[in-house]
Amino acid sequence: MMRAFTDALIITKRQLLQLTRVPEVLIFSTIQPVMFVLLFRYVFGGLGANIPGGYVQLLMPGIFVQTVTFTLAATAQGLTQDMEKGLIDRFRSLPIARSAVVFGRTLGDGLLNIVVLIVMGVAGYIVGWRPTSGILKISLGFVLLLFFGYALSWAGVFAGLISKDARVVANVSFLFTFPLTFLSNAFASTTSMPHALQYFAEWNPVSTMVAAVRQLYGFKNTFGATANSYPSQHPLTMSLVYMVLLLAIFVPLSVHRYNHAGDKK
Amino acid sequence: MKSIVAEGLIKTYRNGEVKALDGLNLDVEEGTVLGILGPNGAGKTTTVRILATLLKPDSGHATVGGIDVVKNPKAVREIIGLSGQYAAVDETLTGWDNLVMFGRLYHLSSKAAQARATDLLEQFSLTESAKRPIKTYSGGMRRRLDLAASLIIRPKVLFLDEPTTGLDPRGRMEMWNVIEELVKEGVTLLLTTQYLDEADQLADEIAVIDHGKVIARGTSDQLKSQVGGERVEIVVAQGDLSRAREVIDRVTGTTSNLDEGLRKLSAPVSNGSQSLIEVVRELDVAKIHPLDIAMKRPSLDDVFMSITGHAAEEEVAEEVKGKKKRGAKK
Repeated sequence: MMRAFTDALIITKRQLLQLTRVPEVLIFSTIQPVMFVLLFRYVFGGLGANIPGGYVQLLMPGIFVQTVTFTLAATAQGLTQDMEKGLIDRFRSLPIARSAVVFGRTLGDGLLNIVVLIVMGVAGYIVGWRPTSGILKISLGFVLLLFFGYALSWAGVFAGLISKDARVVANVSFLFTFPLTFLSNAFASTTSMPHALQYFAEWNPVSTMVAAVRQLYGFKNTFGATANSYPSQHPLTMSLVYMVLLLAIFVPLSVHRYNHAGDKK
Repeated sequence: MKSIVAEGLIKTYRNGEVKALDGLNLDVEEGTVLGILGPNGAGKTTTVRILATLLKPDSGHATVGGIDVVKNPKAVREIIGLSGQYAAVDETLTGWDNLVMFGRLYHLSSKAAQARATDLLEQFSLTESAKRPIKTYSGGMRRRLDLAASLIIRPKVLFLDEPTTGLDPRGRMEMWNVIEELVKEGVTLLLTTQYLDEADQLADEIAVIDHGKVIARGTSDQLKSQVGGERVEIVVAQGDLSRAREVIDRVTGTTSNLDEGLRKLSAPVSNGSQSLIEVVRELDVAKIHPLDIAMKRPSLDDVFMSITGHAAEEEVAEEVKGKKKRGAKK
């Protein structure tokens, strides 16, 4: 068990080494979310004239959740690349734990999210984001974001292992995650959506996460929650349920798939 | 003792539509080199993947170093090295980074992993490029680093899957030298190749496989003698072809083969160079001046042709076309 963990850390370390060898990856994975912060802050800033503290208070949790949601695509792409290059086969020929490689990959992508969230938090602060709930709850908010990204990362592992082309898997992942982040309460009120979409938006894990994080940062979630549905009433609980579900489904699936990588060839 | 044994391996893909292995049997004596020779799609890579625990056979069984590859894959992984087509390294990292990482994954201490990386880089003449990303390496350097990565724990059994496919002639020669050095140190090596000269050069014994089965087995000399003895080959000017053929058929007492495109005649001979001299003398008497004349021992190409009924290259060419199509679909 201990060995499996240290093996995974070696894989994680490899990913961090890659970042030092190709710093562009880190630079661009932080520039993009910061750009979103600036665009949304100043393009839609007027939407929240009646929101205490302004639109930016609701926007930041939305963008945080959106950014960690995209971890899915990053993880998937990384794994498919390793498969294409034959690295996964080499890892599988080594006497290491069956879960070490995929576990290490999700840890690495999780660490990258820490850096990205810190940079975004600073950018948010500069443009006027001021959480009011105190350091403990603010930290809890970030921990929740990291766990959400981590859980999605496992879905990315599975997507990456069943795909054959890294560019395709990245695009397909975005086809899933992009609508997920917009059909939610992240950027605009769900009350203006068609009724069917409202229903989807309220059950959408992105919405429950955004609402939960907003609460933890000390803001009432004023976007959405019209139907008094369970997720809109208990966003934190539902978010935790979603994460547990994601992990319960994709961890075993991914580990199994990893052990049979290449069977279809 | 047998280091590798495979009995009745069967493996099908796509729900049985494609039969990759069709009852393959193999064994390799400890410390020897077995070359698996066959065209693309013959089942070479599938065989290696099963023996290296990457793939489970549908039926049959196999042991490596006496350990069952299906029942105890982890123990097998402790004693094998795998390199070639399907094993690889991280291209964004340096050669040094890669070797240290794999050393750590083999559970060497940090210090031991670094010492081993230094040694291997030295052994494979990569010390100067140790701190450069693999991306900047030539094809030959990449393969050498890949091979180095498979030798970190000094494996008892080494699998090299087409170690020189895609390399230029110089890269190939370098790989051959490296592999020959390894073999001297006593590793048991299973090598797959579609190049007949490569098997000839590196392997103690050769197993020819086609359609997932071993169809011939023996040393290079044994296989060649299956095809027959020496032949004399001459190339003459177009106008001399039919007269030259008469001379050769008379001297050798057989019917010669004629390749009209190359204007080449060949015929089996029994007395070695004696027959050659006789042919030359008779041609001279007939006032025919050959453009080229030679004694040929059969090559492994001839062996392949005579056993399978088709040339190795033809099938390779077809297979490459097929691969491209598949590649385009991705």
